[in-house]
Amino acid sequence: MHQFRAFAVLLCLGAPLRLGAEEPGGTLKKVKDSGVIALGHRESSIPFSYYDDKQQVVGYSQDIALRIVDAVKQELKLPGVQVKLVPVTSQNRIPLVQNGTVDIECGSTTNNLERQKQVAFSNTIFIVRTRLLTRKDSGIRDLPDLAGKNAVVTAGTTSERLLRKVNEEKKLGVKITSAKDHGESFLILESGRAAAFMLDDVLLSGELAKSRKPADWMVTGTPQSREAYGCSMRKDDRPFKALIDRTIATLETSGGILPIYEKWLQKPIPPKGLNLDFPLSDEMKALFKSPNDKALD
Amino acid sequence: MDFRIFVSPVPTGETTYLGWLFVGLRNTVALSLAAWILALALGTVLGILRTVPGRGLRALAGAYVEIFRNVPLLVQLFIWYFVVPEIVPGGHRFKQIDPFAQQFLTSAACLGLFTAARVCEQVRAGIESLPPGQKNAGLALGLTLPQTYRYVLLPMAARLIVPPLTSETVNVFKNSAVCSTIGLIELTAQGRQLVDYTAHAYESFLAVTVLYLVVNAAIQLLMRVVESRARVPGYLGSRK
Repeated sequence: MHQFRAFAVLLCLGAPLRLGAEEPGGTLKKVKDSGVIALGHRESSIPFSYYDDKQQVVGYSQDIALRIVDAVKQELKLPGVQVKLVPVTSQNRIPLVQNGTVDIECGSTTNNLERQKQVAFSNTIFIVRTRLLTRKDSGIRDLPDLAGKNAVVTAGTTSERLLRKVNEEKKLGVKITSAKDHGESFLILESGRAAAFMLDDVLLSGELAKSRKPADWMVTGTPQSREAYGCSMRKDDRPFKALIDRTIATLETSGGILPIYEKWLQKPIPPKGLNLDFPLSDEMKALFKSPNDKALD
Repeated sequence: MDFRIFVSPVPTGETTYLGWLFVGLRNTVALSLAAWILALALGTVLGILRTVPGRGLRALAGAYVEIFRNVPLLVQLFIWYFVVPEIVPGGHRFKQIDPFAQQFLTSAACLGLFTAARVCEQVRAGIESLPPGQKNAGLALGLTLPQTYRYVLLPMAARLIVPPLTSETVNVFKNSAVCSTIGLIELTAQGRQLVDYTAHAYESFLAVTVLYLVVNAAIQLLMRVVESRARVPGYLGSRK
């Protein structure tokens, strides 16, 4: 009996954790008081946010995140604010933003209506489409070709939900494996366990760039959805969101974003010096003209 | 806290989130049982080998224990899942079968072989804890060595090691959570998926915790009955 009482006590100890997550005064005050801003980043979201060959966090979203940090420093007039880098995954990024471990997360997070119930999104920083990565000789050209075959997705991504949903609705019989991160998903694809890997097109190009023989792989299929990437932060923190939105909007309308885009999508990037050669889409051009934080769903 | 999420339907619509948790629980139980049967069978054989007079057999079983006990379970799992199919003949055919079957078989083998090393040590300890007179008496009666093990040593040792085996059984269930890392949809994986889809981390992991506690409490109750029946009068831990 006393064992069960001990369990009950342990469970109750967990209860205050949630209460601690809601901070009065918002993120800016928290940063001002602590002198630290916690920046969530990804480990293998090439070219948005990932570790390069020197284990430094780099990428398109990371460059934008650093601009945001500069803006926060300026706003608070505290040039000494420290940046605490927190690696996050597709699965834990939203809980970590919600519970305050991370103040702002800039990686490859799709802004959609469902997630807007959980966190707030900044102005859109990138627009992608969901497609398939497959071996050139696999014979797979589009989603219906996957019927009855094995496919891999990264757990917690919008592609995971999308593929499960399409699979259920159209009764394709695709056997879906959910891997821990994009790196592991690609490993499952490369080792022949899955015929295709479904993800956002740019990220697939990034995985392709990492592979041993990039020439063996191709990104294919009708784009399944358009997705807008934004930085995520806690909900209902207007001053912080306004500052971030302003920073991103200025960057986009002033054209300051273009060198960042070229650097990561049209020039050789670490770790292997491969060029993703990803042209600026009309949608992105339109976005840069009139920045917004709308989900595309 | 909002526990209504458990009765709301999942996005693909075929069940509720609670249904997902039960699918996970079912897989956890099936995986753990499969691994436990493997561990018990192999561990018993290895445990006996560790006590036989032949030095070669003893060394073989000893080496097994050292390898499987000293490499982290997670590393072993990745080796079985990512490395072994690449180097073993037929591995490429294995990779083409249903992904769930791949994950389940790999996990059961990995967890079973890992736990076998631990069961082996319990069996060895059980046999070695018996007074040497028992083995000698068996041999003096004219029993062969295998017969001495079968009729004298093992029945005694098995009764002595029930309590440590109880904790190994519980360990198998807890260790099975590691298998979520290769994509096996077991209880922990479903808990994480629930967090992904609903963002109710607190409720999801509370439910997962309760389910693990319930399963392990059931094991302990069951094993307590076994323990009280198997107790050897006059030995440590017996009341009479």
